[in-house]
Amino acid sequence: MQGFARFLPRVLEMLVIVLVGWVIAILLRAVARSILKIARFDKLSEHTGATQLLRGAALPSLTELVSRFVFWIAWLGFILVGISVLGVAGFDEHVATFFEFLPRLVVSLFILFFGLLAASFFSRAVLLGAVNANLPSPRIISWAVRTMIILFVLSMAFEELSISSRTVVVAFGMTFGALMFGMALAFGLGGKDLARRYLEKKFGSESGAVAREHEDELSAL
Amino acid sequence: MPDGSILSDEFIRELINVGEVDILVGVPTQNDARTVGQVVQGVRAGLLKYFPRARSVIINADGGSRDGTRDLVRAASINDTFGSNLPALRTLHSISTQYEGPPADGTALHTILAAADLLQAKACAVVSPGSTSLEPEWIERLLHPVIREGMDLVLPVYRRHKFDGLLIRNLVYPLTRALYACSVREPYPSDYAFSSNLGTNFLNQDLWTQEQGRHGTELWLTLSAIVGRYKISQSFLGTRGRLEAPPSDLVKAMRETAGLLFCSLDCYPGAWKGAHEPLPAPCSGCQPAVSLEPMRVNRKRLHQMFTFGISQLEPVFASILSGPTHEELKRLASVPENEFVLPGPLWARTVYEFAVAYHRAVIGRDHVVQALVPLFRGRALTFLQENREASETEVENNLEKVCQAFEAEKPSLLQLWDGEK
Repeated sequence: MQGFARFLPRVLEMLVIVLVGWVIAILLRAVARSILKIARFDKLSEHTGATQLLRGAALPSLTELVSRFVFWIAWLGFILVGISVLGVAGFDEHVATFFEFLPRLVVSLFILFFGLLAASFFSRAVLLGAVNANLPSPRIISWAVRTMIILFVLSMAFEELSISSRTVVVAFGMTFGALMFGMALAFGLGGKDLARRYLEKKFGSESGAVAREHEDELSAL
Repeated sequence: MPDGSILSDEFIRELINVGEVDILVGVPTQNDARTVGQVVQGVRAGLLKYFPRARSVIINADGGSRDGTRDLVRAASINDTFGSNLPALRTLHSISTQYEGPPADGTALHTILAAADLLQAKACAVVSPGSTSLEPEWIERLLHPVIREGMDLVLPVYRRHKFDGLLIRNLVYPLTRALYACSVREPYPSDYAFSSNLGTNFLNQDLWTQEQGRHGTELWLTLSAIVGRYKISQSFLGTRGRLEAPPSDLVKAMRETAGLLFCSLDCYPGAWKGAHEPLPAPCSGCQPAVSLEPMRVNRKRLHQMFTFGISQLEPVFASILSGPTHEELKRLASVPENEFVLPGPLWARTVYEFAVAYHRAVIGRDHVVQALVPLFRGRALTFLQENREASETEVENNLEKVCQAFEAEKPSLLQLWDGEK
């Protein structure tokens, strides 16, 4: 009974910290949301194609997502501080580790998010370029570009988090190397005619004859 | 001078030696040795024949040619084959300069405008180095309305093959006419003239660091003149020479035309949203402007590229087009080549939905413009099918129908733009 009486103020203190933390986290979420709205973050997100990516994954808007992230990180921090007040043996170390880990988590999420955006942007650019150049299998080329960028981004994010960094880097290196080798073979064997035509068009004397074989006389402007 | 930085010190020295002029003719070049000599000779002959008393100068703004273009310009301005016995009452100066930065039509025009502003030229014409069919009369037809009739912008009308300039006929002309209520046949001119008033106004605009200040600047000049309610006229110049190998980069052409027109919707909302009186653009000496010689056209390839684009770009189109329009285009992709028709109203609706997607930046804006290319190929195929056996009048009628479709669908653009749909 005496033990519980000694412990009760700490529990109350913890509850107060968690509650205050909850209120502060809500305020921080509102502030983050307002700042992002004023900065037209959703517009940027739409412009870079992130909105479509999130919509495709049935996620809320980027502004909402970042605001919620701020809320949870802030509240989680307060919860941990609250628990540390209970004086549980060894818990302080875990709290310290969490706060050390937090910046790396933020950076890796940042890398992941912008990496996925880059993957989406470049794969679409490649898809459009390949379709307009009438290249065969544009979707496969686009998918290959997307996959390579995502692999690269994942390896960077994991390295930032120091999670199996060596394994991830080696795995990435192997996969990337295999993809490159496969593509080199595919282009070498499958695209030799295309390469020949390109080189002839660019440097060769037969340029006119070869290029005009498939062209007509239409002029857009 | 508002923008001294565009002109090099040496070029300014040469301009100061020339002094004030009445007429400035600009020739932007970039590796045009094959044709530029003939064009400059035509310009020179035109100036000597029709404006012998005017103080004139020919300015060549070159983008770093390596084929001796600049030497040919200098030589052509001395060597006159068009009219060797024409009386020269005044010295006709000819200056060639190489502008800084990468080759771009916009930078060349910027240089010409800055030179015209410095020399206080009353009228300025720009001719393309590719205008191999240029006659001395072109100079008179372009400059006369500016000098004698007080026009601010004179745009050309050419006699062109019925299948030439498909992007102009199916997109740029109808869209410009529907949006800005001004019927100019060549809104993206290669040979044109303008007054000092319009030139100075355009020079002072804040566009030279933007995309429209580098590529497609001539179209932006036209739009700027229409929006500013300047006095515009058109002059029939005659047959436009065809290049042996027409440029085939449709994506670049789409960026310079559709991209700029979509961009103009954001820049000039007041000019196209409200109801405005049509801006007249009378055409002087206009004749039937279509020629009908046979031409080699690969329709099968156009059809294949349209259907390929529709199937491969489905996720891209899903984020740009409305459901019904996308469905209709998908249905068209399954129609065989000989029965294929992308009708004017559907084409107009598609273009408007692309314009709204560009405005809202639903994906990267350049990607929106690029995605329009395969669909344009479908429209080009329809135009070719419709006008295969058509006479001059029928081609004109079909073109008029496309324009009317763009005008009829304009309310849907307004609704989409304001988010009512």
